[in-house]
Amino acid sequence: MTPQTDALLRTRVLHALDDVTDPEIPVLTIADLGILRDVRVHNGVVDVTITPTYSGCPAMNMITLDIETALARAGIENFHVNTTLSPAWTTAWLSEAGRQKLLAYGIAPPQEGSGRGSLFGTVEVACPQCGSTDTSRLAEFGSTSCKALWRCNTCREPFDYFRCH
Amino acid sequence: MVTNTISVSETPQVLYALRRADDALILGHRLSECCGHAPTLEEDMALANIGLDLIGQARALYALAALREPSLEGGRANTEDTYAYLRDVGQYRNLLLCELPNGDFGRIIMRQFLYSAFIDPYWRAMMKSSDAQLAAIAEKAEKETAYHLRYTSEWVIRLGDGTPKSHDRMQAALEFLWSYTGEMFDTDEAEAMLQAEGMIIDASVIHDGWRTTVQTILDRATLTLPQSAWMQKGGRSGRHSEHLGFLLAEMQQLPRSEPGAVW
Repeated sequence: MTPQTDALLRTRVLHALDDVTDPEIPVLTIADLGILRDVRVHNGVVDVTITPTYSGCPAMNMITLDIETALARAGIENFHVNTTLSPAWTTAWLSEAGRQKLLAYGIAPPQEGSGRGSLFGTVEVACPQCGSTDTSRLAEFGSTSCKALWRCNTCREPFDYFRCH
Repeated sequence: MVTNTISVSETPQVLYALRRADDALILGHRLSECCGHAPTLEEDMALANIGLDLIGQARALYALAALREPSLEGGRANTEDTYAYLRDVGQYRNLLLCELPNGDFGRIIMRQFLYSAFIDPYWRAMMKSSDAQLAAIAEKAEKETAYHLRYTSEWVIRLGDGTPKSHDRMQAALEFLWSYTGEMFDTDEAEAMLQAEGMIIDASVIHDGWRTTVQTILDRATLTLPQSAWMQKGGRSGRHSEHLGFLLAEMQQLPRSEPGAVW
């Protein structure tokens, strides 16, 4: 194996991983989400590193399985999927394309810098349906560990907000 | 039940990881018991999600303990699952606070608040650990515990400063739980060794900040800090309340009666 063939293999791996999406948010690929941290190829051996959004994220096993399947389908045999905790995932790693896809899917993307600060920091979240910023939080925790439940006071639609983290 | 309880070689590093993992697992399990029983659907999801975060943190800490534990006779090694499912009450190292029965919603919230107000600044300080793996776990966990602290603080205020009935229940929950809070700040010889190496922080340095956070929220909630200074301890050395045995019986029943069962 030469560095050139390794580089070619890496391109194939990245291409195969383009099809791997988050099982809970199927419009986002793992690259969009920022949970795909690293792809290394050395002497024909592929190392894929992913990081969980939340410690107990139940999608991690599923995502690992999906990565293995995608690579096997692409005819890649010699690979490992590793999980790393550090550096810890943050919503800042969500790509711009990912944010747009979330919005189009009806989930409000995270607002930068709203995760920390004061104990009861206020955050302005625009409704993904009508764009109004007259919205209110219904619950801190939503349908998955990465989302909160909000409601639009203008169009009255409830919506998911991707929690800033 | 099959008696296949494991033995654990509790070096200071293993003991430390197990203590923190056990806190998270046992409290996470208590929260999982609320699934389907919380007063509203939103709070049901919130408690289940907090439980999920804690169980996720426990997994990372058990994995670390497994990595650091010297291998057993015959080269066998413990794993996340054997620590959780095949230790008995006396081998668990969690805080008594974490194993107390749930009680009403007020008590569940108050227990989570008192713990979150401690563990959030604790993990934030642990991000500077000289041990890269502990620092990574701390960095991950802290983002989650910050959220737990905010959520529970809001409920403590809402219920404490709510109706006379909700106020009285919150005050009663606080009185009930108070004597179990002292154990969080304890340290011992095993941990002192790790502190000297910069691997862990001395939990007692968190106390004053914790007290300030608790006082601030209780003031807004019109609740009164109990005066009693006497603290009940024992969980860190395996002396538990009668409640833990029942919890473990439920949690461990399947892996103990069907050894080696997998999904």
